[in-house]
Amino acid sequence: MYVYKCISIYSPPSPSLSSLSDHHNRRLPCVPLSESNPVVHLRQTRKRRGSFVVSLSATMSACKDQDPRIHGIKTKIRVVPNFPKPGIMFQDITTLLLDPKAFKDTIDLFVERYKGKNISVVAGIEARGFIFGPPIALAIGAKFVPLRKPRKLPGEVISEEYILEYGRDCLEMHVGAVEPGDRALVVDDLIATGGTLCAAMNLLERVGAEVVECACVIELPDLKGRDRLNGKPLYILVEYH
Amino acid sequence: MEKKREMFAGENGLQGDPRLKAISEAIRVVPHFPKQGIMFQDITTLLLDHKAFKDTVDIFVDRYRDMGISVVAGVEARGFMFGPSIALAIGAKFVPLRKPKKLPGEVISEAYVLEYGTDRLEMHVGAVQPGERALVIDDLIATGGTLCAAIKLLERVGAEVVECACVIGLPEAKGQCRLNGKPLYILVEPRK
Repeated sequence: MYVYKCISIYSPPSPSLSSLSDHHNRRLPCVPLSESNPVVHLRQTRKRRGSFVVSLSATMSACKDQDPRIHGIKTKIRVVPNFPKPGIMFQDITTLLLDPKAFKDTIDLFVERYKGKNISVVAGIEARGFIFGPPIALAIGAKFVPLRKPRKLPGEVISEEYILEYGRDCLEMHVGAVEPGDRALVVDDLIATGGTLCAAMNLLERVGAEVVECACVIELPDLKGRDRLNGKPLYILVEYH
Repeated sequence: MEKKREMFAGENGLQGDPRLKAISEAIRVVPHFPKQGIMFQDITTLLLDHKAFKDTVDIFVDRYRDMGISVVAGVEARGFMFGPSIALAIGAKFVPLRKPKKLPGEVISEAYVLEYGTDRLEMHVGAVQPGERALVIDDLIATGGTLCAAIKLLERVGAEVVECACVIGLPEAKGQCRLNGKPLYILVEPRK
């Protein structure tokens, strides 16, 4: 259910195109078309070499009433107030996992997007990324690579530090798991500030893989994690404001 | 008279199945991790082999799809890598059993013994209902302490644990065949 309105404008060439889509991951202000249309984001789209058109397309998420399965998924996520500390409204996906249809729909939405896109590795972030990543990997024919907290992986690892609200943490990946030229998808249950996803992407890029996209079930857009992804696309199913 | 039930897949319906050999060979042994003397069975290399990983899941799915199992409980964290795919394929819900303070809602908790000290396993209240038929899954069974705690959590809420399934079974588990009276099903022995 896209609403397209093409306006030709001149823009400088983009640095690179994602093989997944022609959309650049540059966000411009929301422009509501009318009260009856869903709110959409302006995106730059390469239409032909050397020129660009601006087309209106839905934000890169499955939400915004686009897929009938989304509503069922969203209603199954439980919000737990004040966990792990006061003021945080924790998005609990365990209740989604208790509904076989909704859980299957979640996986199917990701698989439909990534199947046939030559993704060779799905990297899942400990621990809830381990719940969504492997079923996606198995369905699209990719290997699964767990990205773990320090000292959990037994073999030789590379390690990437990232900033927390208070202090630092570290994400590790086995040396040799991912090879130069691998096309990677990063999966986690939720993106908040984007710090963990950023660390994950860095690990993959350090070994020469191409991060095609980051995929999460939930986004907390108010925390602007999307902006920390170094221009990499983000695909999410539901937003929580 | 009850027929003796073998716990290893290769002696229990999958004699000579070439998938088992490939699964075993995809597992990497890391010596002296996490400490001297332990030959750690690393399943991450299995996850890198799409066919072997898929075969692992398929073997479990073929075994459990007609057993009326409504819940697959996976032990954190490597149980999370196998459990959800099995749950999805057999139409069961997936319940993560986690280390303390990870689950956000109200939990019940079961202690188990480690070599030095104890740890706890937690499950969300309300995730599993009385009368549900459950499968417990983890990557490996050693002494069985963690799996025992998992069984207890499920039984405390009135579920029936149908079986415990692991990819790898260490020698300590051998001869048990049952854990707290619950059947064990294991795909492969550890590599040297």
